[in-house]
Amino acid sequence: MSTSLLLLTILLIGLVAYFAGRARSLAVSGSKLATLHSLPGYHGSYVAIWAVLPAALVLAAWLIASPLYIDSSVRSALPETVRNQGAATVQLALGQVKAVATGLARLDAKEIEAVKTGSVNLRETLAAKGVALAGEGEPFMVEAAEQFNAMRGFSRWLMSAVVLLAAFAGGVYAIRNVTARFRARNQVERVMLGSLIVASSIAILTTIGIIGSMLSEAGRFFSMVSPAEFFFGTVWDPRFAAAGSEGSSGQFGLLPLLGGTLYIAFVAMAFAVPIGLFAAIYMAEYASPRLRSIAKPLLEVLAGIPTIVYGFFALVTVGPFLRDISAQLNGLLTGNYQNFIQAQSVLTAGIVMGIMLIPFVSSLSDDIITQVPRALRDGSLGLGATRSETVKKVILPAALPGIVGALLLTASRAVGETMIVVLAAGVAARMQINPFEPMTTVTVKIVHQLTGDLEFTSPQTLVAFALGITLFVITLGLNIYALYIVRKYREQYE
Amino acid sequence: MTDVASPTVRVSTRPAESRRDIGIKRRYAAERRFRAYGISAIAIGLFFLAVLLWSVVSKGYTAFQQTTITLPIEFSEKVIDPKNERATDPKQLMTANYPLLVRDALVKQLGIDPKKRPLVKQATDMVSDSVRTQLRDIVTADPSVIGKTIPVTLLADANIDSAFKGQIDLSVEESKRKVKDQQVAWMNELADAGVLGKSFNTGIFTFGASSRPEAAGVGVALVGSAYMMLIVLVLSLPIGVAASIYLEEFAPKNRLTDLIEVNINNLAAVPSIVYGLLGLAVFVNFAGMPRSAALVGGFVLTLMTLPTIIIATRAALKAVPPSIRSAALGLGASKMQTVFHHVLPLAMPGVLTGTIIGLAHALGETAPLLLIGMVAFVVDYPGSPLEPATALPVQIYMWANEAERAFVERTSGAIIILLIFLIVMNLGAILLRRRFERRW
Amino acid sequence: MSEAAVEKALDQKMNTVPLKMIGKDVSVYYGEKRALFDVNLNIRENTVTALIGPSGCGKSTFLRTLNRMNDTIENCRVTGRITLDEDDIYDPSIDVVELRARVGMVFQKPNPFPKSIYDNVAYGPRIHGLARTKAELDEIVETSLQKAGLWNEVKDRLQEPGTGLSGGQQQRLCIARAVAVSPEVILMDEPCSALDPIATAKVEELIHELRANFTIVIVTHSMQQAARVSQRTAMFHLGNLVEENDTDKMFTNPDDQRTQDYIMGRFG
Repeated sequence: MSTSLLLLTILLIGLVAYFAGRARSLAVSGSKLATLHSLPGYHGSYVAIWAVLPAALVLAAWLIASPLYIDSSVRSALPETVRNQGAATVQLALGQVKAVATGLARLDAKEIEAVKTGSVNLRETLAAKGVALAGEGEPFMVEAAEQFNAMRGFSRWLMSAVVLLAAFAGGVYAIRNVTARFRARNQVERVMLGSLIVASSIAILTTIGIIGSMLSEAGRFFSMVSPAEFFFGTVWDPRFAAAGSEGSSGQFGLLPLLGGTLYIAFVAMAFAVPIGLFAAIYMAEYASPRLRSIAKPLLEVLAGIPTIVYGFFALVTVGPFLRDISAQLNGLLTGNYQNFIQAQSVLTAGIVMGIMLIPFVSSLSDDIITQVPRALRDGSLGLGATRSETVKKVILPAALPGIVGALLLTASRAVGETMIVVLAAGVAARMQINPFEPMTTVTVKIVHQLTGDLEFTSPQTLVAFALGITLFVITLGLNIYALYIVRKYREQYE
Repeated sequence: MTDVASPTVRVSTRPAESRRDIGIKRRYAAERRFRAYGISAIAIGLFFLAVLLWSVVSKGYTAFQQTTITLPIEFSEKVIDPKNERATDPKQLMTANYPLLVRDALVKQLGIDPKKRPLVKQATDMVSDSVRTQLRDIVTADPSVIGKTIPVTLLADANIDSAFKGQIDLSVEESKRKVKDQQVAWMNELADAGVLGKSFNTGIFTFGASSRPEAAGVGVALVGSAYMMLIVLVLSLPIGVAASIYLEEFAPKNRLTDLIEVNINNLAAVPSIVYGLLGLAVFVNFAGMPRSAALVGGFVLTLMTLPTIIIATRAALKAVPPSIRSAALGLGASKMQTVFHHVLPLAMPGVLTGTIIGLAHALGETAPLLLIGMVAFVVDYPGSPLEPATALPVQIYMWANEAERAFVERTSGAIIILLIFLIVMNLGAILLRRRFERRW
Repeated sequence: MSEAAVEKALDQKMNTVPLKMIGKDVSVYYGEKRALFDVNLNIRENTVTALIGPSGCGKSTFLRTLNRMNDTIENCRVTGRITLDEDDIYDPSIDVVELRARVGMVFQKPNPFPKSIYDNVAYGPRIHGLARTKAELDEIVETSLQKAGLWNEVKDRLQEPGTGLSGGQQQRLCIARAVAVSPEVILMDEPCSALDPIATAKVEELIHELRANFTIVIVTHSMQQAARVSQRTAMFHLGNLVEENDTDKMFTNPDDQRTQDYIMGRFG
């Protein structure tokens, strides 16, 4: 029985169990509903849960455990000579055995016999059936593959039996519990509460998954390249080593990437903060409700536009515009029409990222500013301060911690932004300070190292995880500190 | 009441020290400057919004029109199946030289001497390379057309398409542009004859990836995106709502729930590319799911969207007044019944609004999908979420990297499609909020 | 002369005291809703005028028209005429900033800025440029705090935040802040409603002393407070001015029946 069919059967049993439980509760109540502790629906759900949940858990456990068990027993059945050749060879052999096994399943008995006696070529026979072998098959593989297929078939049969038994037994056990005074609702609600808890633990699991997966992959990277070389290296040159030429793995210096990331984020912030902050102040303190109701959502549209669109905008509009205008400017000043701003540059990426960040700055600051109590405003205005004096001398100082938090959150977004820099910043990893030249960022390199064919053993691929965990730690620090400040600020005015 | 005009009353005069100079002029100048900064800040923001949208729309709206050439094609048996083997060898129909049919039709239409090779080459260059598959599909679908002459609408080559839309500067020296003078003359001739013309471009919605701009479309990407949105919706809505209910209604206030709270807020601000790394390491590398599959993309986007949905749902639950809970509990409902019968339905508009906004965000997300290998050249529609697929924003990314001018038009067109989806979703969220918003 | 005698002489001269502010036919609208109906009320110089009446009667609204604080409320409209000395304060030529420098305000809840005590008091003089040197500013801060009776309590911790003071001290800080601008009129909107009885007594004493230099208008909920601090009292009801009279007369023998009922506690 295939897994999905099995799952469907369990659900079907659950459905039957639900109605059975319901009917039984109605029967024991003697058609007087009030004598029941819980409504019939809860009795039905109780029985259904007992029928489905244990069976599903058994199924899941089996699906995880049985391949591990089968792999290990097939591995131990491999010939001594293979097993002594190291883990990589065993892994390779195991992979071939599985491929042969898939192939064997598609052959009929006569063909299998032919393959076993070696009267036909294994590889060609299987290729004809659509299974490609990585190398020439060896006789022991056919044997191992047969064992593999046999074990798998048996495991599958046993799993179906056990799971169905569990479903059946669970249902029967539960239905015998159904009496008038039985607290089915409490039982059902306990399961519901459990599932709510499981759902909320996914957030924790995600974080653990992020940290765990990146640490382990980055750990593999650091076993090949020393952390000092990575964190303090000033040259980024991860040559994809030609096959076989181990050792010349290139240089993985983080600093040029980090420099580019921070530089571009700085330009973006320098662009977005004044505009966003002034827009927020105007919106909160001056704008008529009408202007506010139009301008605020329009500015927020900027936040809803996907970053790939910004990247394209930078690539085809802003970059060429800056390049051409710089050429014109240069021509007017020196007579030499040579552009001094590259189409892909720190400035292009910074400006476009800045545009994207304007609504973040403005709506976060707007929230913060409007939280400053009205009494402070009135106090200042009542003393004869103008509005701008009130804003500059009372409201902004009062809102400062909150605004700093908002800006840190924005900065974390600028550091982690990917698509704009991929399309607009350039790929050259250089340490320099001219904003008109291209630089590259951590995120760009993560994308570059991980697109195309991957080999999870080379430092060229694994370095992306080291970059990723660097990025994660930086943004995590910014976020947690910023969220802490903002939270403190909220409490102050609550 | 005291009357102002009462004789015992006199009005005070203004004391001299009140006529002090408090720098009104200077201060109002500063006030005006400050306001001007504010207005210009908003104006700059809106200006960039306008430039961005204008830049995309002006480059992209032409992508929704495609120049086509309708020619009477003679499905000559001599060309397709000269030895009459199609009954025994179906490959014959697959490998036949279909472009030859188009060449003959063009030569006839334009009255070119078939022996003048360069001229004929220029003429056939006006038609897309995709005619091969187009005609092949016609013949394999219905072999009885062989021997007949029927009019077929063919895609014009991207360069002719651009020229016909007036996007190519014809004053540039002929050798420096891709469209030759002869071709322009033919193009005009065909247009006058009503053979060549613009029509609504359905291809951009239905085609898959192609190296020929005129035959490239977002159809396959749309299917991939649809799979992923479906997965995100099906997973993140129930999980997000369940998690929010637990955290907001049941969880004891202790350090663990505090940690979860901080954790969720932080996850909402983690760069999206980090989710891509997570998906690559856990789903693809560890769990062995296929790369480039919509299923993995959906999982990654679900994890990314969950915090947004949880935050929105918790806010919506918080907004339901405690009196409702007390009322239900007072009638003897269990806490679970109270939440599911009363609190959640009241919070539902807020939950759905948050979900739509989260989905819209997920729809436009690109970076994590690049890492799990959805940057594939996918020509065929994926039949299931397990097959290689691509997504709309990734398709935009891939086209953006193409050098050809016609791809800029396609890219902008695809962006317009993406933005329209986003606008529809956000409008839906706004309407939902307007329609069901409740104030206590 | 004893202090009591001076007081008495002052009170007798009451009717000859010049009028600092004159309100004529003042009406206030919030959007479509009318909150004040043709109020005619005069404020006498160097006098404490108390505005009393049940909640929502318009007394605070009237107070806020006197320095145009209602400008800060969306779609609030004022008709009629209010003069300060001879100037119509709603005349377009009158600047609201200048007006508020002349007519200061103290609010219901103490609202010190989240700054130091010194900076709170120095705020007004700084924005209006009233002090040319640091020494002058120090001088203004000290005298203002002395006038507010707070100097001895805070002189050693001027750099500490004003929000760290007790409620009563905060309110006196706000009064010092208003005084530092040297306004001609000080408006007080229920200044003691958030304070405990001891702090209230201190503020009332302070109001009494400030009368020598300032014209004071105070909105209060408490009849006893009105009786204790004011010389003139105006009674509002449902947006109308019911009666305006000497405080003594108002509380012993009011002209209007509604005033009597309110003072006797029949409504409010």
